[in-house]
Amino acid sequence: MAAAASPIPSAQRALEVRDLHAWYGESHVLHGMAFDVREGEVVTLLGRNGAGKTTTLKSIMGIVRQRQGEILFGGQNLVSLSSNKIARMGIALCPEERAIFASLNVRENLLLPPEVREGGMRLETIFELFPNLAERLASQGTKLSGGEQQMLAIARILRTGARFLLLDEPTEGLAPVIVQQIGRTIRRLKSEGFTIVLVEQNFRFAATVADRHFIVEHGQVVDMIPNDEIGHRQDTLHEYLGV
Amino acid sequence: MASATGQIGTAAAASRAPVHQYVAFAVMVLLLVAAPFAIYPIFIMKVLCFALFACAFNLLIGYVGLLSFGHAAFLGAAGYITGHAAKVWGLTPELAIVAGVATSAVLGLVVGALAIRRQGIYFAMITLALAQMLYFFCLQAPFTGGEDGIQAIPRGRLFGLIDLSDMMTLYVVVVIIFLAGFLLIYRTIHSPFGQVLKAIRENEPRAVSLGYDVDRYKLVAFVLSAALSGLAGATKVLVFQLASLTDVHWAMSGEVVLMALVGGLGTIFGPVAGAVVIISLQNYLAQLGAWVTVVQGVIFVLCVLAFRRGIMGELGRLLKRPF
Repeated sequence: MAAAASPIPSAQRALEVRDLHAWYGESHVLHGMAFDVREGEVVTLLGRNGAGKTTTLKSIMGIVRQRQGEILFGGQNLVSLSSNKIARMGIALCPEERAIFASLNVRENLLLPPEVREGGMRLETIFELFPNLAERLASQGTKLSGGEQQMLAIARILRTGARFLLLDEPTEGLAPVIVQQIGRTIRRLKSEGFTIVLVEQNFRFAATVADRHFIVEHGQVVDMIPNDEIGHRQDTLHEYLGV
Repeated sequence: MASATGQIGTAAAASRAPVHQYVAFAVMVLLLVAAPFAIYPIFIMKVLCFALFACAFNLLIGYVGLLSFGHAAFLGAAGYITGHAAKVWGLTPELAIVAGVATSAVLGLVVGALAIRRQGIYFAMITLALAQMLYFFCLQAPFTGGEDGIQAIPRGRLFGLIDLSDMMTLYVVVVIIFLAGFLLIYRTIHSPFGQVLKAIRENEPRAVSLGYDVDRYKLVAFVLSAALSGLAGATKVLVFQLASLTDVHWAMSGEVVLMALVGGLGTIFGPVAGAVVIISLQNYLAQLGAWVTVVQGVIFVLCVLAFRRGIMGELGRLLKRPF
């Protein structure tokens, strides 16, 4: 736990989560989650299934409403805010299930998101990142392949102008070539100053994009590993993740 | 990127120009032009009023996913206010209609603000409960005429000039009102606002987390639907020269569900087809008395069991084009 509370000057912190608890009905899922993210950083939440990684993202976004503790973003505690207000502050979630709107085509899905901040990504830039989407503009969202749906889901949140992205398992079930493309996209977004919290089970992928890794177990952060120390900490990874 | 931009244009053109829908619209207009020469105009006007009512209801259930079970309140309230305004206040028909529609819109704002906080069956029950309150108000209030309703409502002169007592003139006015309401709904569901409504219908939490205040969108859709239902009710009162309790009764709320379901929920022309079928059944099987309700019930069950997409939904599936 001590490793998670790294001494970062508050001015550099994009997000700070302190003693976060969350519940699904009577089921207590997060037990004092704590971590922080610096401006322009990519961090991952690593952990086994059911550890509470997705719940953490959903709690930050306000989708899980039964939550307690502190989620500090831009000097405000997000715990008291509704999901749409959190989105309007410049945070965007790309959910694991992608949630493409089936009755809208690709173009309509891309034009749907509101621009919550100035600087929502232009369609031309989106098509540079994901050329496949430009070719499938008139296709219904659900007629896309899994990889294309994932690209559309990421593209959709980039259109909002949010600079703080929560990506929930963006590589799950995708072909290696698509995983590489998504990796390139995340690195490019990082180079452009986006701050990203990535939930991943694919540790090898996470290691190629992240600055720091938070290990999550039983609804808590139990360790933090900087990416450049990853080679020396194989035993920790093996202990918590079995990799 | 030039090619990509070009493709955006193409896709936009494709989504803006559903030619088959324009053809269907043209066929509908032609039928409306020809119909009064073959069918009793009052009957067609009745169908058009209910078609507009069903289209307004369909805007809510088909494109936002909200099942209102109290839409008769908006149809009936506008009817009473229009009738009272025309008969007692002596307003011209267009002002009486405006008064009726405004009343329904305000009523829609109040009912919607209370109901959209809940979803599914709770939403339906709140709308039903509030509509029943309005029913008892209309039963008791002195200006509604209780069981008798408001009778002998003058049709008057439109803008003080056009005499609506002439049947064909009235028919033309009703057709224009219906088409205006229909096109407004068509425009709404194809606008960016309509796309957000569809997104809310499909995945409300996702629309919220993209930053949309979905309650506000739902409320605007609810008020629009209520106002258009009011337009249908106000027009119907001028056609029949009668505002009665039938239009605020819960059975009317059920009837509009049936029309939308038979025609096809979430289709553009479905509610019109549904209204034609249901009103024709009521008229042509009128001699069966209470058995009409049984026939309607059988149709409802058949619809739910055998063709859930409704008439236009099934047609659209066969032709692979949405109607």
